[in-house]
Amino acid sequence: MRWLKTYADRCIGCGKCAEVCSTTYFKENNGACSRIQVTDPGAVRTLSVCNQCGTCIAVCPTQAISRDKNGVVQIDKKKCTSCLMCVGFCPTGNMMAYAPKQSEPFKCIACGLCARSCPAQALELKND
Amino acid sequence: MTHEKIAPMKVLQEWSYVRSPIDRGYTRKALYVNVGKPDMQIREIPQETIDAFTGGRGFGLALLWNAVTEDTKWNDPENELVISGGPLCGITQYPGAGKCYTVFLSPLSEQTYDSNSGGYWGPLTKFSGFDAVEIAGKADRDVVLFVNGDEGKIQILESTLPESNAYTVTEALHDYLAADEGDKVNISVVSAGKAAETTLWGCLNMSFYDPRRKTARLKQAGRGGGGTVLRDKKIVALVVKYSSVKGTENNPVDLSTLQKVGVKLHKEIRDLDNVQCRMRKVGTPHLNEIMDEYHLLPTNNYKFGQNKKDIGKIDSYTYEKIFTQGLPDGCWYGCSLACAKAVDHYEIQTGPCKGRSVTVDGPEYETVASLGSNIGVYDPLWTVEANFYADHYGVDTISLGTGLAFVCECYELGYLDKAKTNGLDLSFGSKDDLMELIHRMAEGTDDFARAVGLGIKKMKKVFAERYGADGAVLEKIGMEAQGIETSEYVPKESVAQWGGYYLTLKGPQHDEAWLIFMDMVNKQLPTFEDKAEALHYFPNFRTWFSLVGLCKLPWNDIEPADNHVRYRPQDAARVPEHVQNYVDIFNAVTGKQIVKEDLITMAERVYNFQRLFQVRMKHGNAEHTIPARAMGPVFPDEWDARKEYYDDKLREAGIAPEGLSVEEKIEGLRGHRLEQWADLKDAVYKRRGWNKKGIPTEETLKKLGIAFPEAVAVAKKYCRPEDEF
Repeated sequence: MRWLKTYADRCIGCGKCAEVCSTTYFKENNGACSRIQVTDPGAVRTLSVCNQCGTCIAVCPTQAISRDKNGVVQIDKKKCTSCLMCVGFCPTGNMMAYAPKQSEPFKCIACGLCARSCPAQALELKND
Repeated sequence: MTHEKIAPMKVLQEWSYVRSPIDRGYTRKALYVNVGKPDMQIREIPQETIDAFTGGRGFGLALLWNAVTEDTKWNDPENELVISGGPLCGITQYPGAGKCYTVFLSPLSEQTYDSNSGGYWGPLTKFSGFDAVEIAGKADRDVVLFVNGDEGKIQILESTLPESNAYTVTEALHDYLAADEGDKVNISVVSAGKAAETTLWGCLNMSFYDPRRKTARLKQAGRGGGGTVLRDKKIVALVVKYSSVKGTENNPVDLSTLQKVGVKLHKEIRDLDNVQCRMRKVGTPHLNEIMDEYHLLPTNNYKFGQNKKDIGKIDSYTYEKIFTQGLPDGCWYGCSLACAKAVDHYEIQTGPCKGRSVTVDGPEYETVASLGSNIGVYDPLWTVEANFYADHYGVDTISLGTGLAFVCECYELGYLDKAKTNGLDLSFGSKDDLMELIHRMAEGTDDFARAVGLGIKKMKKVFAERYGADGAVLEKIGMEAQGIETSEYVPKESVAQWGGYYLTLKGPQHDEAWLIFMDMVNKQLPTFEDKAEALHYFPNFRTWFSLVGLCKLPWNDIEPADNHVRYRPQDAARVPEHVQNYVDIFNAVTGKQIVKEDLITMAERVYNFQRLFQVRMKHGNAEHTIPARAMGPVFPDEWDARKEYYDDKLREAGIAPEGLSVEEKIEGLRGHRLEQWADLKDAVYKRRGWNKKGIPTEETLKKLGIAFPEAVAVAKKYCRPEDEF
């Protein structure tokens, strides 16, 4: 299964990963459009991104969510009716929605662009 | 269930139309089809109608008002089935937003009825361009009405379906009209069944296709006899097709708010459902043992409210094992409450489908009680089978069960015997013969079965006249009012619930107010004024759902974790945070700026209009009555089952039970409760702005902005000075 492993202790909070993600998929640098969320509440920095657990697959009423051949959980926008049950039921809070850009939810598809752009090796694309 | 492919259906009539886009929840168009003439019109819905009636049930009543006169009967061609969702119907972001409401003159109550259903019919017809579908006339042969939203066509097709029963019709039409398996989700079928032709309890089955089970599921607009009206028009099915549903079909003004509020509720359901109502696991049957615990589970025709010995056989944990778990059982996209449970791979044991393996929708709580405890049956698989046949034959499970409960008691009282029932032992719990009676009702050839299918109101007359039963006793034990069978809660110990059931617009259903816990258990409504306030607020608040296209269950079958610590109990019962959700999503779709008080005003307009409609159809005598069994024990065994409790109730009424026979005690309590009923009725009528006869006054109509000349004319015609408060 392909997935993105995070190392929050290495993160320097530069925001490069969110920028790459957002500009790649939504053509603008906007934190709300990034599939990876970096938060820095003070004490401990967190990196939050889909771990490809697949809880959303069973929740979806239209079978729009499935695992591809690499084991990555993907959304078929043609089948999606934008109900966002997957957003509400995601155990890690990493199914995203941002109405100004699109009605359908979106998520990390383990493309690895953020990992490649990270200057601190805080992200790693795994295949295991 | 497998079925034969049907032969091609001849197009008897076809019209083309241009689909109106939806703007902020409305298409502002109603589709009118007269299947008799035949005729099709697309009618404008003017802004004034939207302002006064909002949508859904409101549109249905407004359109039906114009279609009928005060003398129209349910089986006249002028009677209509008006099906309408409402401005929020079809949104996918908030749970429970696929409801539509069918309004018609009822064969049971001979006045307006409105019955709501899930399934995809409401949303798909709206996406096809129509805020309401108005069906009039009577065809001269069996027909299918097809609304093809993809191609902009309305067709009347000559039915080639082998029968009218719901599963056969629904599956065949999903198959017939879909290009492939994946296309079946784009279709919804409204059907009834054979018993809708032979009884007055006909229901409307509204389908949605379940892609995981690969079968059509049925939700019901069950009550009031809408299915009987459908078949009287010789319509076998209504079908709609609209493909590629997106989440923004309603064209809301503020998708961000819709998403935010919807996700908040999804998360609440995710986190709390399992410790609150377990709707995702068992649906409404989570109530089974709770109702039993509080003496509210109808048992043997509402004689009792509890059966400690047998409740374990039909409790929610039993049903949890029967229902398939882990599937997204919403009856419209986005309903994470997922209460549309189903029993899969059930092998039918009796009747024409014997031996077939089927998916059965439900049973819901009401069916567990009506086709279970209320008729003395504690066999969940029997109830599953009865539920299947009720849906398949197109008969309302609630009226059927309450009606059968009445029959069982008549049998045990000796008013009926095998000679009269054509060989059936219809004692409580006589499940094989009760199932046989259900089959005979659908066949319609057995005179006794035909009499049962007329409903309790008419059964009372038939049993007295034909079988010499004691009419006075039948009046006491027949659990109907306004011609409608009581749904499945024992109301007798809650004065407020007498109002919740019997001071209603359309008869004793659970659509308006469920006040038993507030009143009886939590003692939050001590005075008649408190009860009247609740009987103003809740029926109106619940009416609001029917105007906009929403299901009530996500309102209070899930509550925010802090609901009961943030608010005083009377306010917590209203679930204020969820009320605000409704305000927010209504504004997000329509662009209006309403506040929570406006929900009540919007509903009050329609509530009072419908009441006036009933007054009109009843020529001024739209009386509210309550059967004796609904307000206390009728026979000594009912008293003795809770002797100490009832003796105390008698003392509270100022009557010493000592030295009285049980019959005298029953009469004493009944006299007291009749006085309470009269006081309640006065307090409620007054609070609602009605006169002593329950007629909305001209002043009330003016205050609400519904003083249309034809409405005022009805109020003026029947309001007499001596009936003013």
